[in-house]
Amino acid sequence: MATTAAPAPIGTHAGASYGHGEPTGIWSWLTTVDHKRIGTLYLWTALTFFLVGGIEALIMRMQLMGPNGQLVSAEVFNQLFTMHGTTMVFLAIMPLSAAFFNYLIPLQIGARDVAFPRLNAFSYWVYLFGGIFMTVPIFFSAAPNAGWFGYAPLTTMQFSGGLNIDFWVIGLQILGISSLAAAFNFITTIINMRAPGMTLMRMPIFTWMSFVVQFLLILAFPAITVALVFLLFDRFFGTQFYELAAGADPLLWQHLFWVFGHPEVYILILPAFGLASEILPTFSKKPLFGYNVMVYSGIMIGFLGFGVWAHHMFAVGMGATADTIFAMATLLIGIPTGVKIFNWIATMWGGQLRFVTAMKFAVAMVALFTIGGISGVMHASPPTDLQQTDTYFIVAHFHYVLFGGSIMGIMGGIYFYFPKMTGRYLSEKLGSLHFWFFFIGMNVTFFPMHYSGMLGMPRRIYTYDAGQGWDQFNWWSTIGTILMFVGAIFFIINFFKSRKAGAIAPNDAWGAGTLEWSIPSPPPDYNFAQLPVVTSRYPLWDLKHPEMTADIAHSAPDEMTITDSHAVPMHEETEYKTAKELGIPMPFPTIKPLFAALFLVVMFSGLIFIHVGMFALAMTITIGGAALFVGTLYGWLTSPLE
Amino acid sequence: MSDQNTQAAHPPAPAHATADHHEHPTWKQYKWVAFWLTLITAVEVWVYYTPFKESSLFAPTLLVMSAVKFTMVVAYYMHIKYDHWIFKRLFLLGLSIATVTILALLFLFGKLKIGG
Amino acid sequence: MATAVAHASDGHAGDSGHGEHAHYTTTGLEHRKIAIWAFIGSECMLFASLISTYLIYKGRSKVGPMPHEFSCKVSNVVASTADGVAALGCAAADVMKPILDIPVTSQSTFVLLMSSLAMVLALEGVENHGKPGYDRWFKGSKFWLAMTALMGAAFLGYQAYEFTAFVHEGLTIKTNLFGSSFFTLTGFHGAHVSAGVLWLLTLLAIDMKRGLKGKNDVLVVDICALYWHFVDVVWIAIFTLIYLIQ
Ligand SMILES: [Cu+2]
Repeated sequence: MATTAAPAPIGTHAGASYGHGEPTGIWSWLTTVDHKRIGTLYLWTALTFFLVGGIEALIMRMQLMGPNGQLVSAEVFNQLFTMHGTTMVFLAIMPLSAAFFNYLIPLQIGARDVAFPRLNAFSYWVYLFGGIFMTVPIFFSAAPNAGWFGYAPLTTMQFSGGLNIDFWVIGLQILGISSLAAAFNFITTIINMRAPGMTLMRMPIFTWMSFVVQFLLILAFPAITVALVFLLFDRFFGTQFYELAAGADPLLWQHLFWVFGHPEVYILILPAFGLASEILPTFSKKPLFGYNVMVYSGIMIGFLGFGVWAHHMFAVGMGATADTIFAMATLLIGIPTGVKIFNWIATMWGGQLRFVTAMKFAVAMVALFTIGGISGVMHASPPTDLQQTDTYFIVAHFHYVLFGGSIMGIMGGIYFYFPKMTGRYLSEKLGSLHFWFFFIGMNVTFFPMHYSGMLGMPRRIYTYDAGQGWDQFNWWSTIGTILMFVGAIFFIINFFKSRKAGAIAPNDAWGAGTLEWSIPSPPPDYNFAQLPVVTSRYPLWDLKHPEMTADIAHSAPDEMTITDSHAVPMHEETEYKTAKELGIPMPFPTIKPLFAALFLVVMFSGLIFIHVGMFALAMTITIGGAALFVGTLYGWLTSPLE
Repeated sequence: MSDQNTQAAHPPAPAHATADHHEHPTWKQYKWVAFWLTLITAVEVWVYYTPFKESSLFAPTLLVMSAVKFTMVVAYYMHIKYDHWIFKRLFLLGLSIATVTILALLFLFGKLKIGG
Repeated sequence: MATAVAHASDGHAGDSGHGEHAHYTTTGLEHRKIAIWAFIGSECMLFASLISTYLIYKGRSKVGPMPHEFSCKVSNVVASTADGVAALGCAAADVMKPILDIPVTSQSTFVLLMSSLAMVLALEGVENHGKPGYDRWFKGSKFWLAMTALMGAAFLGYQAYEFTAFVHEGLTIKTNLFGSSFFTLTGFHGAHVSAGVLWLLTLLAIDMKRGLKGKNDVLVVDICALYWHFVDVVWIAIFTLIYLIQ
């Protein structure tokens, strides 16, 4: 067992990439079970979908730039807003968060991989194939067209006879499997793979928020799974779940969807909260203010998130009692959220602030999310909501939350962790341009929507007449979207350029305090040559700047029992050795998860043929896919991991 | 899942250090559980055929009996009573949110009235 | 302050169950067991959604057959008109026959409950493999695994019988809201039982081939058992909520 010998000069790994004796060909990516590579795959794929969703938004904004726009037809516009929402929620933001879950959770808790490395690969491939399955139809004008929430009975055969909704129903079902599999994996990883001494209350906040998100995933997704199964059966097998003529309740779908849908909101935002909570202390040179309160408010948000769903349905007339209960619960959830905002501000208070691009994004995230949060509290009140619901005011609200909150937080995360992932910094100059174009563009786009919404402009209309007072607000919104696109172009240039030619980053690229910064950038495949023993929330600051962590709780060395032979006191690792040299067993690369995912998607996609009357073909594909899937699964489970 | 103190309250005792050597329900307990499961099921079905079926207490009585069966299987057959607290929390988290969701949905669809 | 440095003497990390190396785990628990409990927690929500839907749609069907005894008084009928009564197909009789067959379902419920007993005995057999007294066939894991699978299959047989009978009486998944929600709920449960039977048979095959023994095999059977018992408790809820309570 080698130990870290003479400290090598940090930051001398020129040409840093995945090239430390690890294979780099395409096959190595198809068969990888390394959580860092899977995280990288998630990142690339999700950014691609983010761009696709952005282009869909741009086309819509072009159409709406002035009254009576003629760029696209009503039908195409329906597909655009449906796919924009679906793409951004399920194919961009969730997987961008998943990229960070994958890359960071094991590094932050001091583990060598996730609990189930092959299941992890499976999650990614299911996501990729499911995403392709859902996105490709737009090129044939057959994309889903009933909104990202797919309200039934609108989505039943009677009102949506085309294939469009089939792609949506089946696609979401597939993506649900990916999210669920990943969630079981991360729950197990966080519970069971923390480094010695890392108690739950010493976990980095990003890991904590991710932990909460995994529970939201496993408890929220079953509801939409069931709602989708009903819709699938209604469409393909003639059941009557959403058949009003048979006595069905038009609100069944809405309730089941929002039982999932509201926790989903927190699934989208909590990871960004976590990232901001890593960035702000680092660039304030202060431990996070009120760590415990941050953790508990995150858990509170998660719990309460299951009891507020009907605030999306005030307009349907649920009655005074239900409205009151859900309004109060919704207002209540503003408290832990507000607490977080004040904690972030207090973290920065009196700190030595360094406004690098990551920090700019994180601060912007706090500010913009606050605006979105406040407009959210407005329509938590049913009477106010009746005025605002289904107008552009709501569009403004949730874009402040999801773009201003999630995307800004995630972008901050990308600037912050890019050096860890690649060994090179992103350019600050281009980053600054990216930030300001995003920041200004986002406000120019979404702020006027508050006004057009209050003036009564409904959501989802493909065109509008002049003279209703909406014209100039829409014009500004479109200008803002173009600004954001300019920002995105700076980001793309930055991303590709810096991968090859960015400034070399050392282990600890920013002077942060958590474990992931104690190992080389990019980390070797085994992450930690020796598992560190953690004695506080900021182990690396304990090592390098003990004065910064003097005020937080530590366990004294004599209270620590190091029973694991691999564990050694907190240290920095600077050497690249192969896992073999160190005697660390690594999981074998395998192609089986990819094939299992492929067959699973084949199985589901067979159902499409029922709709076009080819029942025999549909059953052949579905049953064939299922058989191949089960076969692959048996092969997978009977082959050794490492 | 949230409480550091609960974790700290468990010293690294041998009982938890190796998960497989926890206390176990015994053969005898297994058979008693099976006996009660059978008996309660028999009572449930019997009650269904008595005039008690029309009583307003019928549904609550059946729910209680079913809850007892549910608990027995989970506690003994799934040995959650003897296992690590983490498993209990994972299960109870799902179960409680599921139960509250069912009740809330029934209320929202007018199947349950608040206050009787 | 105590720390959570429980030590795993023999952690089988990873998803294959063949890891030989001592991986460090925080709690000393097996990864796979944590994952199955998280999975079971998630399944609670799945069945909660299905059961809620069944209960919400109870009594909302506009045509028969109905689950329970149904009085054809006009006031009971959704449409509340003579036409509505006629549409239910029960104008002739005063009281419509309930379709749920309590005696038969009581038997299948009993069988499934007993399969859980067989399952714990199978696990006991694996845990005590090779110990004196456990070499007799009726105490070994092979017999009880086979019994569990058999009783699971018997339950599925009862379900097939029930479904066929319903179809003969004119209730399919397309007939009314009751048919849709009933077949979907119990069908989902049946699919879970089927997957469990397949799982049990796989374990039985391994047991026949090389014998289930040792720490890892105990874990593998334990996980299957947890799944099986969970499917059983779901049925306990379904039997009461759907069959017995009107
Ligand atoms: Cu909401």
